[in-house]
Amino acid sequence: MFCDDCKQKPATVHLTQMVNGKKIDMHLCTECAAQKGFLLFDHDKKFSIPNFLGSFLGSDFNLQDVHSMASANSCTNCGMSFADIRQTGKLGCSECYKAFDTELEPTLRRIHGNSNHVGKIPVRGGEKVFLKKEMGELKSKLQQAIKEENYEQAAEIRDKIKGLEKVINEEGSR
Amino acid sequence: MSDSDLLNGNFVAWMDSRAGSESDIVISSRIRLARNLQYITFPYFMNAESGNKSMQEISDAWKNSESELLSQMDLITFDQISSLDRQILVEKHLISPEHGLSEESYRGLLVSKDGSIAIMINEEDHLRIQCLLPGLQMEKCYKLAQEIDDELEQCLNYAFDEQRGYLTSCPTNVGTGMRASVMLHLPGIAISGQRTRIFQNINQLGMTVRGLYGEGTEIVGNYVQLSNQITLGQTENEIITNLGIISRQIVEQEKMLRKSLQEEMKYQLEDRVGRAYGILTNARVMNSNEALALLSDVRLGVDLGIIEGISPFVINQLVVAIKPAHLQKRTGGEMEAFIRDVKRAEVIKEILLKSSK
Repeated sequence: MFCDDCKQKPATVHLTQMVNGKKIDMHLCTECAAQKGFLLFDHDKKFSIPNFLGSFLGSDFNLQDVHSMASANSCTNCGMSFADIRQTGKLGCSECYKAFDTELEPTLRRIHGNSNHVGKIPVRGGEKVFLKKEMGELKSKLQQAIKEENYEQAAEIRDKIKGLEKVINEEGSR
Repeated sequence: MSDSDLLNGNFVAWMDSRAGSESDIVISSRIRLARNLQYITFPYFMNAESGNKSMQEISDAWKNSESELLSQMDLITFDQISSLDRQILVEKHLISPEHGLSEESYRGLLVSKDGSIAIMINEEDHLRIQCLLPGLQMEKCYKLAQEIDDELEQCLNYAFDEQRGYLTSCPTNVGTGMRASVMLHLPGIAISGQRTRIFQNINQLGMTVRGLYGEGTEIVGNYVQLSNQITLGQTENEIITNLGIISRQIVEQEKMLRKSLQEEMKYQLEDRVGRAYGILTNARVMNSNEALALLSDVRLGVDLGIIEGISPFVINQLVVAIKPAHLQKRTGGEMEAFIRDVKRAEVIKEILLKSSK
């Protein structure tokens, strides 16, 4: 039997496909099958992008570690384990990022060359970020004031910090 | 124009080559922002319950918005339209091929009348805000996408982490969640065999090159999609600026090569263009890849003034009009591949001859 496609070489790959409920038989030579992507079917699957990414994820840990991490640790919000994430290359929900922070850190560095966001901050969800930034600034100002023995100013700043702490705590409990 | 025009016609905003700069080489610019809702399972793992919840929150945010941009958009859920119509949206670049395969009521598209803004709902992320304009218009795309993003954020609890930025289903998008891309038509670079040389180092610049329909698609018709790869540790402006600089450099190279083709290979070039036009207007059977390759030659001829009377706008429309779903829509029925090739040849001939009169 010769290849359906080139009609020159002997057919060595025999395929049955279901297309729109119709059965289609194909007999191809190795070259034509490779060209159509029918060769090394299983092999190809292993190389799909999510798996490629999966091997990226936590590749600093060996497989046994990943399994023990998985049993010890899963996301409390969606229940996803790190092994699940590794398998699919996808995270389960927003809280996975917190649950697997340590495991993700090296991966993010490898993908992006960096692991810290410097871009846009959402106005609403970002309120806390702004407050924290402000807090940091106040604290360094307080240090400065104490260093300069400017106690009057230091007391003022301390009160501001207390006020801000209250706001942050309220934000957190909301 | 309504969403039914997007489904029935050939036109979508990015095709309008009269708008936008460098539109003889840069076909379109796109900004895509990936956004997710806090706590709700990401779409890859979602079931009907979490899917409905996120669809509900997003559609409420859209309905309650007072923004003119948002209120003029239409929501299409994928249970409402046929798989053929979803394929039409894929071919117009409004949704991804994967998204086009889903038919659940909790997956869909929020789209502006002219298709310049298309928000995929529950694709890989809960929201993928896309802005697509003709020519090189990165900044304008970005501004529009930001406007939509800011508006939606007023009603939605975005998943955001101060260290990691916008949290996304796939860690390759985390941070800005932004993918900026340009669709380039580069026949000069291809004909002179320079593609490998020009693009071989592009990855080192944090950029990536893809085919006409994004991830995993091959380069056909000399259309190349260039986009940023890195989303974490760079600001949105840096990403746009970098992409702009590299795009302009490629545009310059393409222009230079086109010019030297015109000067040094005048007859061969005109012959190539003329033959392509001849085949396109006379062939009876035409497969998609052949059509795209020949249309690329004709487009080059139009850009260089070798062919007169055909607008680049018509070619942009043709590139989409000859896709399987668009052909099927035109004839109103499913076709086997061979009949489709016959129909494709007819459509090309009809549109080219009509426009060159």
